[in-house]
Amino acid sequence: MSGHSSYQPQSKFAKWLEARLPILSLAHGSFIAFPTPKNLNWWWTFGGILAICLVVQIATGIVLVMHYTPHADMAFDSVEGIMRDVNYGWLLRYMHANGASMFFIAVYVHMARGLYYGSYKAPREVSWILGVIIYLLMMATGFMGYVLPWGQMSFWGATVITNFFSAIPWVGDTIATWLWGGFSVGNPTLQRFFSLHYLLPFMIAGVVILHVWAFHTTGNNNPSGIEPKSDQDTVPFHPYYTMKDLLYIVFFLIFFAWFMFYIPNYLGHADNYIEANPLSTPAHIVPEWYYLPFYAILRAIPSKLGGVIAMFASILILFVVPWLDTSKVRSATFRPLYKQFFWIFIAVVIGLGYLGSKPAEGIYVTLSRIGTFWYFFHFIVILPLLGMLEKPKPLPASISEAVLGKKGGGSSPPSGSAASPENRG
Amino acid sequence: MATNATAEPTRRDFLYIATGAVGAVGVAAAAWPFVYQMNPDAAALALSTTEVDISSLEEGQSMTVNWRGKPVFIRYRTEEEIDEAKKVPLGELKDIEARNANLPDSAEATDDNRGIKGDEALLVMIGVCTHLGCVPLGQKGDYGGWFCPCHGSHYDTAGRIRKGPAPENLAIPQFTLSDKKILKIG
Repeated sequence: MSGHSSYQPQSKFAKWLEARLPILSLAHGSFIAFPTPKNLNWWWTFGGILAICLVVQIATGIVLVMHYTPHADMAFDSVEGIMRDVNYGWLLRYMHANGASMFFIAVYVHMARGLYYGSYKAPREVSWILGVIIYLLMMATGFMGYVLPWGQMSFWGATVITNFFSAIPWVGDTIATWLWGGFSVGNPTLQRFFSLHYLLPFMIAGVVILHVWAFHTTGNNNPSGIEPKSDQDTVPFHPYYTMKDLLYIVFFLIFFAWFMFYIPNYLGHADNYIEANPLSTPAHIVPEWYYLPFYAILRAIPSKLGGVIAMFASILILFVVPWLDTSKVRSATFRPLYKQFFWIFIAVVIGLGYLGSKPAEGIYVTLSRIGTFWYFFHFIVILPLLGMLEKPKPLPASISEAVLGKKGGGSSPPSGSAASPENRG
Repeated sequence: MATNATAEPTRRDFLYIATGAVGAVGVAAAAWPFVYQMNPDAAALALSTTEVDISSLEEGQSMTVNWRGKPVFIRYRTEEEIDEAKKVPLGELKDIEARNANLPDSAEATDDNRGIKGDEALLVMIGVCTHLGCVPLGQKGDYGGWFCPCHGSHYDTAGRIRKGPAPENLAIPQFTLSDKKILKIG
């Protein structure tokens, strides 16, 4: 996989193992000696943070399952039992629930990094696509996980999402019945969601391995978007990025701990502490915050099938971003127009998220429609056109020049030199 | 990263070791809940004590209750059973320890030590064969006590092992008996 290993096994055991399974040289080549661009900024630490999030979710999930009962009659009570009776159960449950939110915060920052710095552009298209696959698996996992406590939001969220499939012409109702295992969301649905919720994280782990393999093959992108030209442009992953990643992981864990210990229910919905009642729908059904932008897009389109298509399209369009963006320049650092459209896009997504939390009435609907329009406009019109029309800033000759060139190596525009990590906006 | 084994420890070395130490403490603290959560939770601990009303138990009658997931034999022994048990010299017993959680470990397996002060007829034992865990059958076997059909262990009228592969007398759990004839086990 990684041709960078200069690893020479020292001990007898290491030599014995290397001859049979070269896992030591693989680890060394991938995570110790791996030449990494020396100018990576803190946006690049989120990959490591995401790996930690996955480990935390799997570890807490496995111990929670030791106490959870995946049956409609007992699920809610078993979760309350975890909160009240199980040793440290309250901690493990809050760690898992808030960990999911943290996972999504990190993945959105990670995706934003990719969009800003052009990490999806050739030769990294497959890394990007694998990333979108991971994101989809995360969304499925998160959705099914939220159903498991069998509260009001669990049940009604499941009803709404599974009802999407009934919008499909001709086969829609058959598919919905097949998903439910019955005529509506019920125990069969809960049990199969439990099985798949346990399965999918391990699928995610597998795709993560492919994802790392892919960007190790091409090499990491970096804030300047310029490929490393010599050894001068890179540093070994250890200790520079092991330590940098570790530091930012600690910051992230502090942020995580703040939620987990002081405001553990802030990102959740109070209605989910009410046991599921199939005969009574809550006044305002909302999904978890990380789905809200897509929820806004869904409700913006007046037609049932149209809304479902728009919502799925808004996620699936991410797959083709490498081909929608025609710019020859990778990093937004050198793309003054794209930079502005990027931040507008971020604002629109956050705005759609806010609108998704509101009732689908009046001004909220109007604004959601404008936001939805802009979302697709950004991908389908702006990305292709900008590549052709934008005049990028002059690129530095190399990463080293970009990093050292603040004092006059290569043209440094006043708004911030080439790859200075702090000046991006 | 070059390491200089012969030179003075550097500030970097100190920082590495200090960070590693604090990190190790942090990892241990974070891991502890994951390990500890497998201990019995409050719901399981609540089941650690069981109360049984034995006021209706007559001479020669037995009852079996579930305590901590195991059967507990409660028997109101007959005069003959009590006399039989008292007659056995300690030297004839396979296991001379009383195995009574209400007494010190060194107590011997006399009939008095197998019962409760004030009521020598009452016998309370965990009904799990000390060999490999089957539930013995009552008032069977060569000694008039209990017989375990799995591998042929014979217990006498005080629940003491006399013949067969079981190594120990049937265990007696911690219990108290109130005036109102409520037996509180555990």
